[in-house]
Amino acid sequence: MDQQQVLLSVQDLNFKFTLRGQVLHALRGISLDVYKGESLAIVGESGSGKSVFVKCLMGLNDANGCVESGKILYDGKDLAQFKSDAEWRALRGHRIAMVLQDPMTSLNPLKTIGWQIREAVELHQNLHGDAAKKAVYEILAEVGISDPQRRYNQYPHEFSGGMRQRVVIAIAMACKPEILICDEPTTALDVTIQAQILGLIKEMQKKYDLTTIYITHDLGVVANVADRIAVMYAGDIVEVGRCEEVFYDPRHPYTWALLSSLPQLGVKGEPLYSIEGTPPNLFHEVRGDAFAPRNPHALKMDFVKRPPMFTVTATHAARTWLLDPRAPKIDPPEHIRALREKGRQLGLTKGEECANG
Amino acid sequence: MAEREKMLEVDHIRVEFGKKRHPFVAVDDVSFAIYKGETFGLVGESGSGKTTIGRAIIRANPLAAGEIRLDGQRISGRLTPAEDRQVTRDVQMIFQDPMDSLNERAKVGYIVAEGLYAPGRHYTEEQRREMVNKALSDVGLLPEFASRFPHEFSGGQRQRIGIARALILDPKFIVADEPISALDVSIRAQVLNLLARLQKERGLTYLFIAHDLSVVRFICDRIAVIHKGRIVELAESEQLFAHPLHPYTKALLSAIPQPDPIAERNKKLLVYDPACHHYEVDKPQWTEVEPGHFILANAPELDVYRRELQR
Ligand SMILES: Nc1ncnc2c1ncn2[C@@H]1O[C@H](COP(=O)(O)OP(=O)(O)OP(=O)(O)O)[C@@H](O)[C@H]1O
Ligand SMILES: Nc1ncnc2c1ncn2[C@@H]1O[C@H](COP(=O)(O)OP(=O)(O)OP(=O)(O)O)[C@@H](O)[C@H]1O
Ligand SMILES: [Mg+2]
Ligand SMILES: [Mg+2]
Repeated sequence: MDQQQVLLSVQDLNFKFTLRGQVLHALRGISLDVYKGESLAIVGESGSGKSVFVKCLMGLNDANGCVESGKILYDGKDLAQFKSDAEWRALRGHRIAMVLQDPMTSLNPLKTIGWQIREAVELHQNLHGDAAKKAVYEILAEVGISDPQRRYNQYPHEFSGGMRQRVVIAIAMACKPEILICDEPTTALDVTIQAQILGLIKEMQKKYDLTTIYITHDLGVVANVADRIAVMYAGDIVEVGRCEEVFYDPRHPYTWALLSSLPQLGVKGEPLYSIEGTPPNLFHEVRGDAFAPRNPHALKMDFVKRPPMFTVTATHAARTWLLDPRAPKIDPPEHIRALREKGRQLGLTKGEECANG
Repeated sequence: MAEREKMLEVDHIRVEFGKKRHPFVAVDDVSFAIYKGETFGLVGESGSGKTTIGRAIIRANPLAAGEIRLDGQRISGRLTPAEDRQVTRDVQMIFQDPMDSLNERAKVGYIVAEGLYAPGRHYTEEQRREMVNKALSDVGLLPEFASRFPHEFSGGQRQRIGIARALILDPKFIVADEPISALDVSIRAQVLNLLARLQKERGLTYLFIAHDLSVVRFICDRIAVIHKGRIVELAESEQLFAHPLHPYTKALLSAIPQPDPIAERNKKLLVYDPACHHYEVDKPQWTEVEPGHFILANAPELDVYRRELQR
């Protein structure tokens, strides 16, 4: 991980939506580097801004939203400055492709599935006629859709939820991009096909030195695909680290809570652990640490001042006052302590001693 | 097992799409019964007919054969307007694709309240508003959201709008089609706790369709596994996870992603090859191999399965 090349760099990005006179601060100063060839997973609260964030990289957010400040540096350009659709079009599909969260929104209901995949193949792989058709059949088979000849002529509504999702993935992959963004790519797939699709993306990644950004709530998928993980809460990245660091040595109380809510830890017939309260209303400016009101471990400081990103290791950082040298010692929940123990034993995390280490 | 009251019976149903002369059979000879107050899981291959079965139950897909009964009353086929209204009242579905099912031009407050305007329901404006606020906060959304439009929400927020909309009507039976696929684990836990609480308080019954098997294992009493439009195995949840018999079930369970990078790296996937069955002469039958544990198998396979269970 040391001498990796930064492919895309997001710096202090602020993004706001205007809704009937009110302003919603959707991204509150996000900074993140994406390395060439890596697989990055973004996890976090529903509504925390994951989709809005990746749509910023492709200029796909709704018109009522705009970048207020910050930079998105890619290929010598600042995407945050892009104004016209023409600028974006040169990028979209060719350099960066995206599998959107709702497959129906990216498929045209009036065109056959075959037509839609073929369009991407013709445009990006320069194949035509029978060769293009053959490529489409191959792609359909690759994503596990049998009987491609019949499926070619069907419309999106004739496909099941998971089949649509696979078509969208197929189209994105046919574009042969440099960065592939997958927003909840496998929620509608059974686990066997999910494994197959994730395998396929990994293969592409090796073959074409593809960089992938996954957004998913399935921490099992994250554990499988991610080199690095970024955890989002209320429009901010609160923790970022290598996969093992976040799983076996999480530092932000939100990450603790997230890892404690897994159904695998539940006892049948009893309620599952879930975080009390609701996330902050982003129509109001957030003061201090956005997670503080729901955090049983919150410090006084958390309600006053937004914590900076504290470094845990060269690859791991978290935005919590708990990592300040002056912070009182706080024991994480039992489950997290067990994870830490496991990580240390396996030598995956060093567990360097700093406050609350 | 004590005699339990059957709430929903799906009886040899078949659903076809496409032309009458060359129909595509999406669901073939599917039967199961769901007991009152039970959570019944339906898992399996993508495209195997789960949503189609759910839609058949809410009367959105017509049956080509078979029958569906609720509390002993037939609810498939032709019904009188009064019966039809009753079914619409008693049975609700949480849809898989929220974008597809929410009216884009209506505000969330109206979308959630819509069913409350149905004939036979009498509420004042004030009551409705209160119910909407309660339904929204039950699923972890803010009451202020009522004045916004669906596209102004995140994927998981939209999914919860669909859940609020179904729960507000106080149905007896809910078809929950991937209701939590777009939710983070904490909100997912909150919604699952809510469903469990409603079940306790109101005796609700669920057909729970999901791909996340750790969730299904946690909340379902019994689970049916479906492959290519046919149910291949059905058992109590713990039994199914402890002693899966059908090779497709085994493949499915082996592929469950574990939220643990080390476990994921060492995972051994089992692959299901339908060619492993030899059904040319010896046709498979739906058989109870042990109490409450059903499987689709032919005679030689049954022998093997029985031996497996004895071990
Ligand atoms: N067009 C819009 N207008 C106003 N607000 C919006 C719009 N689109 C999204 N939002 C708001 O921006 C915030 C971030 O949304 P986003 O879709 O990025 O969430 P997410 O992290 O992807 O969540 P999920 O996991 O549920 O998909 C949410 O509070 C959402 O309500
Ligand atoms: N309106 C329709 N017209 C034609 N075929 C359809 C229609 N609806 C569904 N099908 C077909 O029926 C089969 C079953 O679809 P269904 O949506 O029930 O699958 P599913 O089990 O819910 O899958 P998933 O897990 O991917 O959502 C698929 O092959 C699908 O293509
Ligand atoms: Mg999203
Ligand atoms: Mg479905």
